[in-house]
Amino acid sequence: MSIAVSLRKVAKTYYRGGQAVPVLTDISFDIESGDFLGLMGPSGSGKSTLLNLIAGIDQPSSGQILVGGIDIAQLSETELAGWRAAHIGFIFQFYNLMPVLNALENVELPLLLTRLSARQRRQHAEAALAMVGLTDRMSHRPNELSGGQQQRVAIARAIVTDPQLIVADEPTGDLDRKAASEILDLLDRLNSDLGKTIIMVTHDSRAAERAHLLRHLEKGELLDTAPAALHRG
Amino acid sequence: MPLFFVRMALQNAFRHRLRAFLTVLGIVIAILAFGLLRTVVSAWYGGVDAASDSRLVTRNAISLTFPLPIGYKYKLRQIEGVTEVSYANWFGGIYIDEKNFFPQFAIDAATYLPLYPEYRFDERQLKAFLHDKRSCVVGRKLANRYGWKIGDVIPLRGSIYPGNYQFVVAAIFDAARKNTDTNLLFFHWSLLNDRIEQLYPGRANHTGVFILGIDNASRAAEISQAIDREFKNSLAETLTETEKAFQLSFVAMTEAIVVAIEAVACVVILIIMAVMANTMAMAARERAGEYATLKALGFGPATVALLIVLESLLLAACGGGIGILATFPVTAWFGHVLDNIFPLFHVTTHTLWLQVAAAAAVGLIAAIAPAIRSARINVVDGLHAIG
Repeated sequence: MSIAVSLRKVAKTYYRGGQAVPVLTDISFDIESGDFLGLMGPSGSGKSTLLNLIAGIDQPSSGQILVGGIDIAQLSETELAGWRAAHIGFIFQFYNLMPVLNALENVELPLLLTRLSARQRRQHAEAALAMVGLTDRMSHRPNELSGGQQQRVAIARAIVTDPQLIVADEPTGDLDRKAASEILDLLDRLNSDLGKTIIMVTHDSRAAERAHLLRHLEKGELLDTAPAALHRG
Repeated sequence: MPLFFVRMALQNAFRHRLRAFLTVLGIVIAILAFGLLRTVVSAWYGGVDAASDSRLVTRNAISLTFPLPIGYKYKLRQIEGVTEVSYANWFGGIYIDEKNFFPQFAIDAATYLPLYPEYRFDERQLKAFLHDKRSCVVGRKLANRYGWKIGDVIPLRGSIYPGNYQFVVAAIFDAARKNTDTNLLFFHWSLLNDRIEQLYPGRANHTGVFILGIDNASRAAEISQAIDREFKNSLAETLTETEKAFQLSFVAMTEAIVVAIEAVACVVILIIMAVMANTMAMAARERAGEYATLKALGFGPATVALLIVLESLLLAACGGGIGILATFPVTAWFGHVLDNIFPLFHVTTHTLWLQVAAAAAVGLIAAIAPAIRSARINVVDGLHAIG
């Protein structure tokens, strides 16, 4: 298998009130294409920061991040925006849907950055919504959908541009057990059926069980690497 | 793509119904007030706009209150370029009560009215006026205001020329042009002169102003200079200018008021601009997470800024549109109430364009700061705002 993500000596330091606050220190590891990686750790351990760095919405203080062979730390903000649109699918804890757009329009949103015609965009968005089982909710706005349904719309939005890498930040954190299980099933399918590489930050041990590989962060440092099955065992 | 964002901006604009309603209401009132104040300024200059460049007014160089000998008309006719000579006196009579103000002029009708083709007469009525020294003509607006008809007797009490005067309405004239004032009364100069001769013999055979027709409007300055040269070093030196400049000199006396009105109109727009900027800043702050999400999905800062500018422009267009539409009935009502002060009180095309520009400026300028701030939003910080 090829390497989807490669991190080399990645560090991130924030500066607050003139004081340096290290968040990540000397992070190095690889993620293979088609992996389903779970990132775990206590609050403030730096797992969301690491996810943001991999997704290209934050820049490392030092080190190298190669995603699909591209050193994203070297890209300008404009180049990064274009790169994210083409290569990354985002799933957020609170869904981050546009409240004024209906489900179909929300899913169509990332396609506005492509050269597709309005008709093609609609067809793609409908297909993505069908994949997450929301064909009958296309014209509904987020406030007319349950939490689970909103997260499914967010997943449809994440996959509509067919990115290779999907980053999910606590995707089940705001859902009840049943809805969370449905979302995890969906992520499983995206990984197993469509071959998407998924990196998921989670606190939830049930969610972590779905990952093929778990990495633990504590105080900004990578602790160990273990197949998820071991944690289950 | 642009249409998608226009729809999105439109939905964002009316997301908080009460806030959107109050903002739009504020813009409606501001644009309406701006239009109304601009209309007052236009009305102030109404007489100037209606005045002609091809008519000259000759008056006493010392002041308008000093008359000129009527005999000047013979010399004036000799000046090259002068085609017609007439004369008129401001009468300043009171109709029943002082509050019933309207302009009245004693004119040499046979020469004066041909100089004003913008007054449209019925031929028979005009003939009746020209043949009856005790008659008068009134404009349609004035006749309608007091319900005067042909044959009615109008009593006027002289304030400059004491005495009670009675005039029979011989004709009612209409305006040939939209900007022509018909809130006027004319009567025969000879009748007034007869009265002056009785009261103050020394002041008879004088007139307030001469009105001159010229052959070429582009020669107005040259002809004016020739006239004033002709009467240089005489007992009553003259000051000649175009009718437009003459009217403008009256407006100039009250220029401070006009400037104050214009300043208030601008302040109104500045206030609503600040209110609108505050509304947009609040909206943008509330949606920080949404803008961060858009940027995370790959949209650039320009898209985020565009969304805010569009939203602001849509609110301004909505308020501005209603404000402009409301200007017409409000101006009509205002014009009716202030009929005797502003006989030409209507919204001009210039005012409409100024209203459109003001609304666009409000929408655009109010969006600048929130648009820049939101476009620069850090994606990670913005995403933290959600939850």
